[in-house]
Amino acid sequence: MPAQVPVVDYLVLEPEPRLKAVACSGCGADFLTRRNACASCGGADFADKSLATEGSVVAFTIVHRAAPGVAVPFVSAIVRLDDGPIVPGNLIGVDPTPEDVALGMGVRLTTFVAGTDDNGVEAVAYAFAPRG
Amino acid sequence: MASDHVWIVGASMTRFARHDSLDALDLAAEAALAALADAGTAMSDMDILAAGSLFHAGAGLGQQLQKQIGQTGIPVYNVANACATGATALRTVHMSILAGESGLGLAVGVEKTSGMGLLGAAARPVGAKKEFVPAGRDGHVMPTEGILGSQTMPSVFAQAGMAYLHANPQASVEHFYKISEKNHAHSELNPLAQYRKRFSLEEIKAAPMISYPNTSLMCSANTDGAAAVVLCSSARLATLPLAVQKRAVKIAASVLTSDPYVPGGQVLPDVSTCTRNAAAAAYERAGIGPEDLDLVELHDCFATAELLHYDNLMLCEPGGAADFLDSGAPWRDGRLPVNVSGGLQSKGHPIGATGIANVYEVATHLRGEAGDRQIDGARVGLTHVIGLGSSAAVHILQK
Repeated sequence: MPAQVPVVDYLVLEPEPRLKAVACSGCGADFLTRRNACASCGGADFADKSLATEGSVVAFTIVHRAAPGVAVPFVSAIVRLDDGPIVPGNLIGVDPTPEDVALGMGVRLTTFVAGTDDNGVEAVAYAFAPRG
Repeated sequence: MASDHVWIVGASMTRFARHDSLDALDLAAEAALAALADAGTAMSDMDILAAGSLFHAGAGLGQQLQKQIGQTGIPVYNVANACATGATALRTVHMSILAGESGLGLAVGVEKTSGMGLLGAAARPVGAKKEFVPAGRDGHVMPTEGILGSQTMPSVFAQAGMAYLHANPQASVEHFYKISEKNHAHSELNPLAQYRKRFSLEEIKAAPMISYPNTSLMCSANTDGAAAVVLCSSARLATLPLAVQKRAVKIAASVLTSDPYVPGGQVLPDVSTCTRNAAAAAYERAGIGPEDLDLVELHDCFATAELLHYDNLMLCEPGGAADFLDSGAPWRDGRLPVNVSGGLQSKGHPIGATGIANVYEVATHLRGEAGDRQIDGARVGLTHVIGLGSSAAVHILQK
């Protein structure tokens, strides 16, 4: 099996794919990207927090016009995970039509290979698919 | 001496259009000179200049402009603040006058965005050796646009609109189409708008899809243009000719906010809280409520944005944006006309100019000089812009 890296560092591949947040030890606010301090309380102590792998769609758009090299159409979604954090991601396993995507629909985390570099390393991305 | 109020004594905007033969300086100079003339003043009267342009501020647009229209040695502020750039330039002059540093000042905003296409969409690099090395604050090993959602402006604001529908199930995508129907209809009467064509709901829905539910007719139009205002202290106003004093418009409130922390706000940009905070502060400062407004120019960068802002600016009951629209209130013959200029979808959105152009629009109505599109008897108006990232600026103008 080729070497794999996550497409972003808030995606953890092993042992099972999950997203992780950095959570403020002071107020509990969570963020996906590296921090200098907390945007909510100013605290500087953080701990990694493993996030739920299921959630629901709170917003989406179906993208038909994108930059060159970006395949369209695709569904871009904002998902509220069952333990609270809000994360972005594509919605897959649905037709990219308004009839097949609904606000509030339940989704689960999944992964796919988004690309391979010249060294044969695969970048693994996450997406969301309908729950169940 | 600190001024109790700040007044608009000159206002202008260029036609918003594709101006291939004019550069940003030409457009800024045209707007600036027209605003100075409108106020019966000259560059030599100005105590401060603020020049707003998202794409030109870093190059010293203000000083470049002075080298075309008057190098008088006054302080210059080059301002960039996303789509709130123009309003922030205006506010820079406003603060200087309130502080007593300046008596008269010029704020100008300009942009050339014709042909720029999708904003916020980075193209994929091609040809270079590809090796996955983490970069940026999220440690991405490849561009994530289209892989982990979309960050283009049409997508970001589509998602903001859909989040509003999720929270307010009485609203539907049909309301977004109706907003564009209204704004395009309004544009027919504005000779300065880039597009002046009415479209049916069916035409709006059937236009090329950009980011559902935003079709091309529901997105702000890239365009070229500039706008400028001359601001004045109360003391200085008393020294100006009576004809200038009679046309002066009072800035009853000028407020700028940024987005406070909300959970998830760094993933789904929160354009609502900063707008709501700015509006609340502006109403309080002006001693004027939304029920007192005669017209509003708000930031309809996409049809999906305008609906939210009815609520955020408290033009309707909380959660009542759909009812407000369905009642006909924001049409030009309705209870509270919104975007009678045609809005950014048809007038155009030259980013740095936008937050001054909407002040020009409202001031022109308050002066009773808006011609065919005049809202009769308008005495109080509100302007609003959002800069994604985010900032909100609200100005309340009063005659």
